[in-house]
Amino acid sequence: MASLWFWIVAAMIATYVVLDGFDLGAGAIYLVAAKTNDERRRVLRAIGPVWDGNEVWLLAAGGTLYFAFPRLYASSFSGFYLPLMIVLWLLILRGIGIEFRAHVETPVWQDFFDVIFSCSSILLAIFFGAALGNVVRGVPLDSAGYFFEPLWTDFKLGPETGILDWYTVLTGTVALVTLVAHGSYYVALKTDADLGRRARGFALLCWPLQFFLTFSTLVATYFIRPEIMANYAKHKIGILIPISVVASLGVMLWANPKGKEKLAFIASSLYITAMLLGAAFALYPVVLPARNAQYDLTIYNTAAGVHGLSVGLVWWLFAAVLVVAYFVFVYRMFRGKVPLGEGHY
Amino acid sequence: MDSALLVHRLHFAFTATFHYLFPQLTMGLALLIVVLQTIALRRNDPVYRESARFWGRIFGINFALGVVTGIPMEFQFGTNWSYFSSFAGGVIGQTLAMEGMFAFFLESAFLGLFLYGEKRLSPRAHWLSAVAVFVGSWLSGYFIIATDAFMQHPVGYFTAPDGSLQLASFWDFVLNPWAGWQYAHNMSGAVITGAFFITALGAFYLLSGKWTAHARIFVKAGVIAGCVFSVLQIFPTGDRQGKMVTDLQPVTLAAMEGLFQSQPNAPLVIIGQPNEKRSKIDNSLEVPGMLSMLTYKRWNAHVRGLDAFPKQDWPDNIPLLYYSYHIMVGLGTIFIAIMVLALFLLWRDKLFNTRWMLWILMLSAPFPYIANTAGWMTAELGRQPWLIYGLLRTENGYSRLVSSGNGTFTLLGFMGLYTVLGILFLFLIKREIDHGPASVPEIASNFHLLAETK
Repeated sequence: MASLWFWIVAAMIATYVVLDGFDLGAGAIYLVAAKTNDERRRVLRAIGPVWDGNEVWLLAAGGTLYFAFPRLYASSFSGFYLPLMIVLWLLILRGIGIEFRAHVETPVWQDFFDVIFSCSSILLAIFFGAALGNVVRGVPLDSAGYFFEPLWTDFKLGPETGILDWYTVLTGTVALVTLVAHGSYYVALKTDADLGRRARGFALLCWPLQFFLTFSTLVATYFIRPEIMANYAKHKIGILIPISVVASLGVMLWANPKGKEKLAFIASSLYITAMLLGAAFALYPVVLPARNAQYDLTIYNTAAGVHGLSVGLVWWLFAAVLVVAYFVFVYRMFRGKVPLGEGHY
Repeated sequence: MDSALLVHRLHFAFTATFHYLFPQLTMGLALLIVVLQTIALRRNDPVYRESARFWGRIFGINFALGVVTGIPMEFQFGTNWSYFSSFAGGVIGQTLAMEGMFAFFLESAFLGLFLYGEKRLSPRAHWLSAVAVFVGSWLSGYFIIATDAFMQHPVGYFTAPDGSLQLASFWDFVLNPWAGWQYAHNMSGAVITGAFFITALGAFYLLSGKWTAHARIFVKAGVIAGCVFSVLQIFPTGDRQGKMVTDLQPVTLAAMEGLFQSQPNAPLVIIGQPNEKRSKIDNSLEVPGMLSMLTYKRWNAHVRGLDAFPKQDWPDNIPLLYYSYHIMVGLGTIFIAIMVLALFLLWRDKLFNTRWMLWILMLSAPFPYIANTAGWMTAELGRQPWLIYGLLRTENGYSRLVSSGNGTFTLLGFMGLYTVLGILFLFLIKREIDHGPASVPEIASNFHLLAETK
């Protein structure tokens, strides 16, 4: 039962990154790719009706994590106290950046919220990547299963780790580049003319970086945590992960110059999913590795009671069907290229 | 008190209090917007339609602030209250996860359609999207109340061998008897905020002589809803809530009412200052026997005072609890008086021309916020010294590895950021109020009317 919830939470986090990832990425390229007010409104209209729903995946994944693995939630959230508070402030700023910009039509007001929106999107992408880096690298858990990490120490992987060290900065950069590419494919898909062309150009520029960073991160991860290979050696199905990563990178390279934005966007989504599920696959059944391996938090020592988890499965599946229905409905309502007429944003 | 404990308590109290300023209006307005839209749809009346659209715009701004200030609430269960989460997450994780899966997705999916989809949707589909947002926001309220109800009166759990709480019965937990009345009381309070807000703006427009056709609708809808829900707030919801406190948290009742000594024929303190040192109420105005009557329906019933309970189980801030409770009840009583009077004038067709009453209605807008905040302070201070009543003391619930310095730093960060949010909110609401409910500017529409009458 705990294993099942492990994969449910992993899938929800992957869904969050794929969905909110494209609006974070769109935010990251926003200031440079969209130059005129019309173009900026177009980007905002492309993400406007969906960004809030996408962000709910973060809350829902968090809530589900809390429900299924309360000890993990308690330990990781209090240990990552400082970066999470920064993430909260960035989420707040980004939300009002998107929603309040259109309320006043003066250039200074709009430029101000444009900068807020774009900068918070960039920083969030980096912080989410660094968070994943922290989980893979391991944190200084004590015997009670708690820890507290400062924002940075000496940027080395010594006994006193910080949120930011060379490895997590690397994973943060991977996340930023990946989401910039992801957001660019989305903007290219939803807009046309100069804006669409510029977004495609961004994605093209990102590709070699993404390729290079993906492999250097994998090599670095192997060096700091060789045990990640164990599950891949044990379960043959794991081979699907590297195949998906390579294949999706290949499809992105091929599809983007040909103007097949939809295919490139789908490939990018597959790449993100494969990378995240690959990390989950490597960690399983550990959910938060400790620097001192005997204190590892696993699905076994953090999961909620079996009865609660079984009951939860019933309502979770019911709710998940509804959620998929809402998302299909909303994305169909706002499908196609973004028109620029009357309305908000 | 340990300073880290105090900081973590203030951290949650401040962010929760600021956050709840927005959802109470969201939930109240959601109901009123559905009412306005239903009338607009059935009568095909443009003024009702414009009114619904106008309140939709205000709703949108308010909702955005509710969302962004709500995210920190979920996070803080882990960041600031990790021992509590580790202890009780196996039970309350149910409702917190359900809130995300059932309520947040529903709200977020249909909010965009409701706010920006009017042109793309048929009138009926647009009305349905408003209903979906209303249902989502009220559902969200229930999951939070059910979580709080578990902290007030834990049911449906068992203690696992490792000491943590785990779910024993889903339905016992979700249908906690405490949750039912608390939910009714809380939602009625939210409608009061919405009703006073809509009435106040209508009164402002009437006093300014602007958009009077819309303003009359605002005042009429607000006064009717305000009157109904102000009464429901006291009876039966407040009465039953009080009864539950009497039965399940008797020490809280004694502290709220400032009853230091157990006694038959217990008096109800209307005003007065609790004096902890001397264990009495100073300068009080009391109704003899009234507390016995309200709690046990008998004048001479014996009511247990604070002296009947060990001091370590007393709420830790009795004066604050006592004043919060009395402010809530006092304001609730005044709301009934205001709304009944307004309804009487409305019925006699005099309300729209009675300027002094419109002034009162306009100026009363902030008070439901104060009453709702005081009500929540009563509930949460009254629960002390417990985080989960009888099971986990507050002093054992916070994140011990998060120092008071770090907690203070982020608390100050939130205070600063929320001040900016509050200013932005008021600024944007003021712009909407200046712009007004009409889809065409006032003067143009008057000319239009003149042209038609000729």
